[in-house]
Amino acid sequence: MVAHADTRVVHRGGSKINFRAPVITQDSRFLICVSGECIKVFSTSTEECIHHLQGHKELVTGLVLNPSNHLQVFSCSEDGTIRLWDFTDGILIRVTLLHLKTPSTLHSVPGKRNNCEGCSRGHQCYMHLCYGIIYLCVDYLTSCALCSQGEYVASVKDNVLHVYFLNKKTFYRFALGTSGEMAARNAFTCVACHPKDDCIATGHGDGKIRLWRNFNQEKEYTFSTVHWHHSGVNALCFTPEGTNLLSGGLESVLVQWRYGQEGQKDFLPRLGSSIKEIVVSPDGSLFCTSHTDNKITVIKNCTKVSAVIQGLVHGDGVKTALMVDPRTKALVLNGKPGHLQFYSLQRDQQLYNLDIVQQEYINQSNLDQFEVVKAALDSRGSWLATVEQRSAKEVEISLKLWAFDEHTQSFVLNTTISAPHDGPISEICFSPSSQNSTTLVSVSLDGHFKAWQLTQPDPSDDEEASWSCDFVGDYHSLEPKCCCFSADGSLLAVSFKEVVTVWSPASWDLLTTLSQPPGAIQDLCFGRLSCSKYLLGATDKNLCCWNLLTCSLEWSTALDVSLLLADPLSENVAAFCGAEKTTDLFVFRPSEPRPHFSQQALCTGRVTRAVFAPRDEPLDGCEESSQWLNRSQLYFLTHNMELLTFLTKPEEERLMALSKQVAVLKKHKQEFLHTSCLLFISLFISQFALTLSAIMTLVLSILT
Amino acid sequence: MASFKPTRIQVYPKLGEKVTQDTLYWKNYKAPVQIKEFGAITSIDFSPLAPHTYAVTASTRVHIYGPFSQEPVKTFTRFKDTAYSGRFRSDGQLLVAGCEDSAVRLFDVSGRVAIRMFKGHTKAVHVADFTSHGYQILTGSDDYTCKLWDIPNSAELTSYKEHTDYIRCGITSKLNRDLFFTGSYDHTLKLFDARVDKSVMNMDHGQPVESLLLYPSEGLLVSAGGRYVKVWDLLKGGQPLVSLKNHHKTVTSLCLGSNGQRLLSASLDRHVKVYSTTNYKVVHNFDYAASILSLGLAPDDESIVVGMTNGILSIKHKRTPEDSKGAVQQKRQPAYRIFVKGKNYVPKQEDYLVSKPVRQYLAKYDKLLRKFNVSKALDEAMEVSTIPMAVIKELDRRGTLKNALAGRDEKELCQLLSFVIMNLVDTRFTATLTTMAEMLLDIYQSTVGMSSLVDRQLLRLQELLDKETEYQQELMEVLGMLDVLFASAHPRKEVTLPGDGANGHVFLMYTYIYV
Repeated sequence: MVAHADTRVVHRGGSKINFRAPVITQDSRFLICVSGECIKVFSTSTEECIHHLQGHKELVTGLVLNPSNHLQVFSCSEDGTIRLWDFTDGILIRVTLLHLKTPSTLHSVPGKRNNCEGCSRGHQCYMHLCYGIIYLCVDYLTSCALCSQGEYVASVKDNVLHVYFLNKKTFYRFALGTSGEMAARNAFTCVACHPKDDCIATGHGDGKIRLWRNFNQEKEYTFSTVHWHHSGVNALCFTPEGTNLLSGGLESVLVQWRYGQEGQKDFLPRLGSSIKEIVVSPDGSLFCTSHTDNKITVIKNCTKVSAVIQGLVHGDGVKTALMVDPRTKALVLNGKPGHLQFYSLQRDQQLYNLDIVQQEYINQSNLDQFEVVKAALDSRGSWLATVEQRSAKEVEISLKLWAFDEHTQSFVLNTTISAPHDGPISEICFSPSSQNSTTLVSVSLDGHFKAWQLTQPDPSDDEEASWSCDFVGDYHSLEPKCCCFSADGSLLAVSFKEVVTVWSPASWDLLTTLSQPPGAIQDLCFGRLSCSKYLLGATDKNLCCWNLLTCSLEWSTALDVSLLLADPLSENVAAFCGAEKTTDLFVFRPSEPRPHFSQQALCTGRVTRAVFAPRDEPLDGCEESSQWLNRSQLYFLTHNMELLTFLTKPEEERLMALSKQVAVLKKHKQEFLHTSCLLFISLFISQFALTLSAIMTLVLSILT
Repeated sequence: MASFKPTRIQVYPKLGEKVTQDTLYWKNYKAPVQIKEFGAITSIDFSPLAPHTYAVTASTRVHIYGPFSQEPVKTFTRFKDTAYSGRFRSDGQLLVAGCEDSAVRLFDVSGRVAIRMFKGHTKAVHVADFTSHGYQILTGSDDYTCKLWDIPNSAELTSYKEHTDYIRCGITSKLNRDLFFTGSYDHTLKLFDARVDKSVMNMDHGQPVESLLLYPSEGLLVSAGGRYVKVWDLLKGGQPLVSLKNHHKTVTSLCLGSNGQRLLSASLDRHVKVYSTTNYKVVHNFDYAASILSLGLAPDDESIVVGMTNGILSIKHKRTPEDSKGAVQQKRQPAYRIFVKGKNYVPKQEDYLVSKPVRQYLAKYDKLLRKFNVSKALDEAMEVSTIPMAVIKELDRRGTLKNALAGRDEKELCQLLSFVIMNLVDTRFTATLTTMAEMLLDIYQSTVGMSSLVDRQLLRLQELLDKETEYQQELMEVLGMLDVLFASAHPRKEVTLPGDGANGHVFLMYTYIYV
């Protein structure tokens, strides 16, 4: 095994933009948010990403506007640096090294304080910095907030609210009832400070909001309680004038309370998914809510959603296989609950969400709702099959088939089959045949597999073509697990426990059975192109390769394969092997049992979802170990929902060159602006006698 | 803020009858007009002449109704006892009726008093009819005889005593003045020729004969008796042509419709069935509220008149094209100005068309669901027939079905229970409704015994479940039998696998192909 220096595993797209609260600029035109290792600047009106601020080597954990220059932003990261950026031009201005690699956030303090001090008490660690920002280590805290005058910091953890007065360096602790059941429900979830009054609002796990006053002593503090949320309050925020308090939680309803008259409240319901953070622009005209489904909503005038910035949705887990839509080259996977998302990997942007379940999602925990569990696209992208499932008392399944509509450029529901099988469906796949007749095969744990075919209706009826069942197959009443079509669609392999059955889709005859005990077959895959005579099967101990011409075992090797994946454009097959805790990757041709690429300890956890995304133009890399990446790119999802891919050296060089070019361009632009400004001023001084109109024409000429 | 997604109403493929030309034709009738008579209506006869009035015999009267009147235009009341079989002559001028008191009365349609009375039978006369030339009357009586009478001098011409039981139906030929048929409770049909003194043809129906009908060509005779309707070919000497068994109680009346294209039969099982006379398949079915004794069809199927045992006369008139048009025209048309408003503006080429935002209209139950008013939403949904299932499923999905079911009073609970009972055995709804029934029992088990209405519904539910389990058991038995049959029908196949040469295994495979 050779170490491959010329390929490297990288994050490409789909990072969390809801990891920390976004920042709205002073003029409300831009929204800055963290996105993995980089920072993104969005326009609040057009939802467009204007700049990627790249430079941090690790996850960015904090963002704050520079209090002394509102066109600059500070960011801190797990790599232990604080960087200052000009976000209008996307330029890095300064880097400060901290040598402190803990999760942290940044807060700004009004007034100049150039002292640097640290404090540590209990679970808290504060650190003042120059430039008037505060660097907070939040490793142990649930939430913390800084008073706008910079007098105190309020932080919450479990059932305790701590208030630390920065000037007096005194520290108060307020605890709520910690006994019995109350303790769990009483726990603090978030905290916010009033900008004018001495008032701290805290949210709680049982949906209550408490407003604390008179907290500069430990004895005579008071608090009042308001309650609307039915489950925990996740986010609290005061408007800049302090007239309103905004709160949000699992219900995905933004609640606006009048400060002082808490009985009056306004609601903005159905924001999509539960609210994680709420931010208000400095002038109070824009609200931003960041949601758990990696989304930032911009709300104008408290009532209207004006923009939605959507990243790759990281649900509870991707239940469908990763797919690439042949038309848009977008990655297709589970999105919001009950939806499929189409995510463009090139532009790192969600294209659209397809509503599969078409039911109102109820934001409530412990509720069994319909989930999209399987999805399949046919080879030309004109049909999409989805399986949705709800496992309440009895399993409710429905299979839906969607036709691509050229007119609206999206998928339109064609057929709904309710209860297609008696048990959960373990796999669906389309036959790859390119003729008009496409077959869908669904394999279920009820012991049957079914073939579905598009039936053309009589021309006399004005009904559309719809799908109906063509064949039901089983084998010795064993449970089938997976199915796979050969590249030309002439063979269908269905695995029943230890046995692989090979069927002819033309006549639905059982052609042959293959078996290599022990162990049930977990994954099946046909070879492509010159290796199309091979069928690969993975049990939990072995990887077997059968030759279909001789119906005999060609080779087998002991591997714990978690996922087998064939590249549609080459003979290569990728096998992800789950060892103890890490995953190894082997890329090989079925014709020879030796891998021509292998990488050990690819990532932690098992990899169960991966896809070969065809490249627009093939690379011409000549390195033997990276040749398998020439035609398509391999994306895979780790168990904690990170989307990773392989980057080859030539590609990396090209990207570096591109970013340099961009930087040079930016620099040129700045120099030009600088010189033109100087020119203007010098002209203005020297020719003061010129008429106003002449100056105006000059200004115009410079601007154009 | 995304808009609320309305509840999806699942459209189930319609089981049962397919929509055919016939169903469309026979459904094209207005809501029935119902008239209460004094007793069971035993006979309905349409006048052969326009405007096709019809005589309705019930209790001791014969009423004559006009084609669209709801009140009788004429009433004959001079009967001492129950009247039977009021019939018009072919010119529509005379009407004859039998009576329980064995006398047969002849009326002038414009008069009031009987102009002739024929006495000679010894028991009730259930059959009376004119012969084709109109000068003679055929009667049949419970004294087992049938007689021919001369109208001008009200004399008995001939008497036949061949039947051995009550004669309850008879019909005269419209083409030959001497031929007539009688049907009796002795299970036989007889064809008589007035020129000879005994029957010329004898057919065995097998059940007491209730009604007879002749085709216009008079080649075929239809008889109804017991649960059977039988068609006889007279040209082949009374050979049975077809026997229909579509009713589950005695068939009481027969009628021809659509110019002899359709045959209608009415029965005590409260149904009227329409058969095609070419293949004798049932093409349509009408349901009525009570057992039907008599049936009449106006020429060109303009109206269907049905008389029932409870004395209700139900008249359905055909819907005319004007009726359906009239309903549409009642809507007030908007003013011309409103139509023209903005219509004459043609967008220019460079104009950008701004489409109006489409306003979302929600059904009432959806509005309530949006506000989480689950009980009210369920109430609202129960009003409409197809929607409750979708809303119940939605509530179940939201986990609030129990909340929606709780806190009901006696009347509402009965409504819910009867809904469950009605739909529980439908396989498409069983899964949802069993959960609902369980919840109902959980919630209201403490109140059992407090209301007789609820208890009755619960007992009905229990009966239903018992019956259903029995059905399922029987079905499983049948399935088992079929499996045995299929298994013996499929021969065992021996397949050698070519690839397994090394081991040389021979596998035995059974392939079942499910259709």
